[in-house]
Amino acid sequence: MALAARSTKPKLPFSLWHFLLAPTALVFVIPLVWMILTSFMPDSDINRFPPRFWPTTFSFGGYSGLWTDSDILLWFRNTLIVSTLGVVGHLALCSLAGYGYARLKFFGRNMGFFMMVGTIMVPTQLLMIPTFILFSRMGAINTMAAPVIPWLTSAFGVFMMRQFFLSLPRDLEDAGRLDGCNQFGVFWHIILPLAKPALATLAIFTLLGTWNDLIWPLISISDEKLYTLQLGLANFQGTRRTQWQLLMAGNVVATLPLLVAFLAAQKQFVATMTFSGMKG
Amino acid sequence: MAITFPTHDLNGAKPPFGRGVVKGGAEGRPSLRSTLTGWAFCAPATLLILGLSVFPAGWAFFLSLQKNDLITPATNVGFANYKVLAQDPDMFAAAWHTLFYALMYVPTSVIGGLLLAIALNRPIKFQWFYRTCIFVPFVASAAATGILANFVFDEKFGAANNVLRLMGLPQQGFLTDKHQAMMVIVIISLWGSIGFCVLTYLAALQDVSQDILDAARVDGANKWQTFRYVTLPELGPVTVFTAVWQLIAAIQLFDLVFTTTKGQPLNSTVTLVFYLYRMAFMEFKAGYASAIAYAIFAITMILTLFMVWYGKKSKVEAF
Repeated sequence: MALAARSTKPKLPFSLWHFLLAPTALVFVIPLVWMILTSFMPDSDINRFPPRFWPTTFSFGGYSGLWTDSDILLWFRNTLIVSTLGVVGHLALCSLAGYGYARLKFFGRNMGFFMMVGTIMVPTQLLMIPTFILFSRMGAINTMAAPVIPWLTSAFGVFMMRQFFLSLPRDLEDAGRLDGCNQFGVFWHIILPLAKPALATLAIFTLLGTWNDLIWPLISISDEKLYTLQLGLANFQGTRRTQWQLLMAGNVVATLPLLVAFLAAQKQFVATMTFSGMKG
Repeated sequence: MAITFPTHDLNGAKPPFGRGVVKGGAEGRPSLRSTLTGWAFCAPATLLILGLSVFPAGWAFFLSLQKNDLITPATNVGFANYKVLAQDPDMFAAAWHTLFYALMYVPTSVIGGLLLAIALNRPIKFQWFYRTCIFVPFVASAAATGILANFVFDEKFGAANNVLRLMGLPQQGFLTDKHQAMMVIVIISLWGSIGFCVLTYLAALQDVSQDILDAARVDGANKWQTFRYVTLPELGPVTVFTAVWQLIAAIQLFDLVFTTTKGQPLNSTVTLVFYLYRMAFMEFKAGYASAIAYAIFAITMILTLFMVWYGKKSKVEAF
């Protein structure tokens, strides 16, 4: 805004944009704040009319109820497994394939790449039923393998990593090769350390996707002990329809890890979205 | 397997026609050794991806020609499923609900996202606070968002009706009223995912060269003219991109319906994918559900191609 100072209009003490942003920001954030506050409310605060915003006393009944009435700890562990394996799988497989498709010359490369990227067009719903049948024939239904396998890698991840590797200068690799590294050595010692921002982006994406995934666990898991957090919560809601204190406590447990991660790494999150969305 | 984020699939992502696909290769045919090395890098991901998408997608087509209850042996019925589909009133109702949702959700999220991005792009006080507030719901899952929405829009004790009461307005049924439920789901979706549109626009706005903006200012353009004739045309590609993305997300609406209304009241919020889910995994008509899946795929493709074509026609290069 280098030339804004030229403006001759009388200057308001604050920008008019605040009138748009302040109410919008509150509408976006208040439900989440209320969710957290409600999770600490005693029943008497919730089941009254009109509802309270601030609890009269802070009670941990919701959390202890969650602990005794549900398998929340197992669900949390299961989600951790799905997310961890998903992120690790994505980082390993997508960076390997992304590098291969970006830099190596080999027979069948273009065909392999186009076929793989073409699958981005295939919507998940089309795959649900055959994947369900496939998994049940493999005996993977109702095991942790079912929600994990579809998340081990993705065409989008490979595509994103490839685009990133294409943007790196080739000279570095040639130098590595002269130093006697083999192809994997070049990849491991020279390329990967440069790829940290792209890998962080990929990890964040995968974390969000795996942590919040509902449909794969929903289809492939019916054993309550194997529920992920999201599936557990969604079904818990069915049986505890109006026990809001419990449900909100569950919501907090399911949301807080990502919320904290978001607040801690907001810059990288924002970079992730913009990178993935527009810069490809 | 496409990444399911922010809602489902990145089908709108850029197609593969990027840089770096070398035809043939300058040094002639690659050696066996380099081919083995190349596939050692690429095969794990490629095989997994193809195995979990191309193979099931083809299988889904054969399923769509079957009567299949997922338990007893399937029987071939030819194109009977598609014939039934073409006359299924529930399917048309689901398509209508999805269309209504898309018509409400896509333009609102794109225009709202643009407006908020412009506001957030200003160097004003509390900018960081505003940004954080608007992005934060984006990390909440559909399950958490759905449960929270049930709480806020609860007919008797919810905050929404209480606000209406304080303002002296009549009480509403919200998610329990068949005329309002879908609209409420639109609002919840906007709350949960408009952050994505804001982010893509914010990135695009920051890419608009400051020099051009200054040049326009020097040439005597006022703020509105600068925006209308300099900034807005620059935003064409991101608009097409965001609209296609949001449209695909809208067609695939499922999670939020599942965690709020489960298609109720009176089936007024049954979307295409919810109908598919119900047919496949609640009524065990896997053959018929596969036909629905192909119909959804076709609709998605047609609409996406139309929007990309329209963007091209309007001289907007988004892809």
